[in-house]
Amino acid sequence: MSMRKYNTHDIRYFFTEGLSSMFTHGFMSFAAIGITVACLLIMGTFSLIAVNADATLKKLEQENQVLAFVDESLTEAQARTLESKLLKVDNVASVEFISREEAKDAFASEYEDDPLFQNLDPAIFRNRFVVNLEDLSLMRETKTALEQVPGIADVNAYVELSDGFITLRNIAAVISMTLIAVLFLVSVFIIANTIKLTFFDRREEIAIMKMVGATDSFIRWPFVCEGFLMGILAALIAFFLQWGLYGLITKGVSGNDVFSIIQIVPFSHMWAPVALIFVCAGIVIGVGGSVSAIRQYLKV
Amino acid sequence: MIRLKNVYKEYRNGTHALNGLSLEIQDGEFVFLVGPSGSGKSTVIKVLTGEVIPTEGQVMVNGFSLVNIAEWQIPYLRRTLGIVFQDFRLIDKKTVYDNMVFAMRAVGASPREIKKRIGYVLKLVGLENKASRLPDELSGGEQQRVAIARALLNNPSTIIADEPTGNLDPARSLEIMTLLKRINELGTTVLVVTHERDLVNRFSERVVMLEKGRVIGDGVGKYGVNVHA
Ligand SMILES: Nc1ncnc2c1ncn2[C@@H]1O[C@H](COP(=O)(O)OP(=O)(O)OP(=O)(O)O)[C@@H](O)[C@H]1O
Ligand SMILES: [Mg+2]
Repeated sequence: MSMRKYNTHDIRYFFTEGLSSMFTHGFMSFAAIGITVACLLIMGTFSLIAVNADATLKKLEQENQVLAFVDESLTEAQARTLESKLLKVDNVASVEFISREEAKDAFASEYEDDPLFQNLDPAIFRNRFVVNLEDLSLMRETKTALEQVPGIADVNAYVELSDGFITLRNIAAVISMTLIAVLFLVSVFIIANTIKLTFFDRREEIAIMKMVGATDSFIRWPFVCEGFLMGILAALIAFFLQWGLYGLITKGVSGNDVFSIIQIVPFSHMWAPVALIFVCAGIVIGVGGSVSAIRQYLKV
Repeated sequence: MIRLKNVYKEYRNGTHALNGLSLEIQDGEFVFLVGPSGSGKSTVIKVLTGEVIPTEGQVMVNGFSLVNIAEWQIPYLRRTLGIVFQDFRLIDKKTVYDNMVFAMRAVGASPREIKKRIGYVLKLVGLENKASRLPDELSGGEQQRVAIARALLNNPSTIIADEPTGNLDPARSLEIMTLLKRINELGTTVLVVTHERDLVNRFSERVVMLEKGRVIGDGVGKYGVNVHA
């Protein structure tokens, strides 16, 4: 089915015929496009959730380093010697020593407006290491390993929080994969059935085309175009709906303190890949539907 | 040129529609194909258009061998033929003009060719004033003239018509036959299947008579005179 042998007037003909069939079966086309839009939206929404969970994980990775507190009985000099031991722990990317003094100063400058927290005794702070991890998903194991290092009294890590986002990302991925597979098949099936109606409508025209010597591929192309146009239309509708939906959800999330930890990726950073994926998926569904209809029902 | 040699056709249900039929039609001839119902006339037409593949024998139509023709070649064979049926086969929701456009587009003609050719064929069949009518707004005879005009669009070397006057009254039938004869005089080979003895006998043309899938008579003006159905 190469289009190369066709002139522009032929190709224009294929598309106008495809478009007119689409409108002839307004209701079926509407249903087929609607299902495809739903498929794309669900795919898009779960992918965007995964993207945001991932971005939040990255942020946690950068901002919420693990703090390893040194045993009070060790002097600062002794504490500094732990650095090499900590670096040997699996999954540790880097460590930075922070003395009592430095911890106090950092604390005081953070609460600079509050005289109560100035001139604190450094003795109430502990010597500590800021530990950066290579893979945040191994936080729990790394925390345990760090606690085993002699001289480390205590390790402070946001294990639950990062676990939560990893779970969210994985669930989003699994749900979207499953739903995409199911809805993809449903969309293809509905588009195929819409195009089957067109065959039925056009059986006389098809017979006449064969009588006057139209090639099989010439007869098939308008149906492929019909599926293609439905897929593209569904992709465009889904894109704008996704845009609006994303705006609504992110507005809700960012206005809520509970969700302040979530790193929201603005839609403007993602519109191009989203549009590209939607258009490609729409074309695959639409053309897939027409090709399956042609194979099953069009006896030319 | 059309040549059938010892052609047999057995349909899937076991009916022997053609039984060793041989027939040759030269370029530029006008031929009536007659015979009783069930004698195989339509089967011959279907063999010539590639709709039915013969079980045995040789068939050549305008340079295509129909026994071992490749599927993809059939459209190109059909472009050398103008096919006309009893039931006109026009698209009801398209005007006469758009029916013509549809048939030419189907073979990839350009808009310019389409415009030029449609005017010519409509004039040839005398319907240039009715181009914007829908088929329903025409008489049966006029509808058949549209179908003949459409058959001529791609400038075929041969017109093949299966009972083109079957749905028409005698006066309209004579008009259609006269039109086909005029097209023949312009150089197109014409093969017409018909039942109508009186009509055939108003022309002095070659008549091929079939019975039980074989040619039982072939000559000029014989139908109803020497050979009885
Ligand atoms: N598709 C088919 N399957 C099985 N048998 C068929 C088929 N088409 C035609 N026949 C049989 O083949 C024989 C020849 O049929 P054909 O249509 O060629 O006759 P015909 O001469 O055109 O008749 P009529 O004048 O009634 O149109 C008949 O016995 C018919 O029943
Ligand atoms: Mg017949």
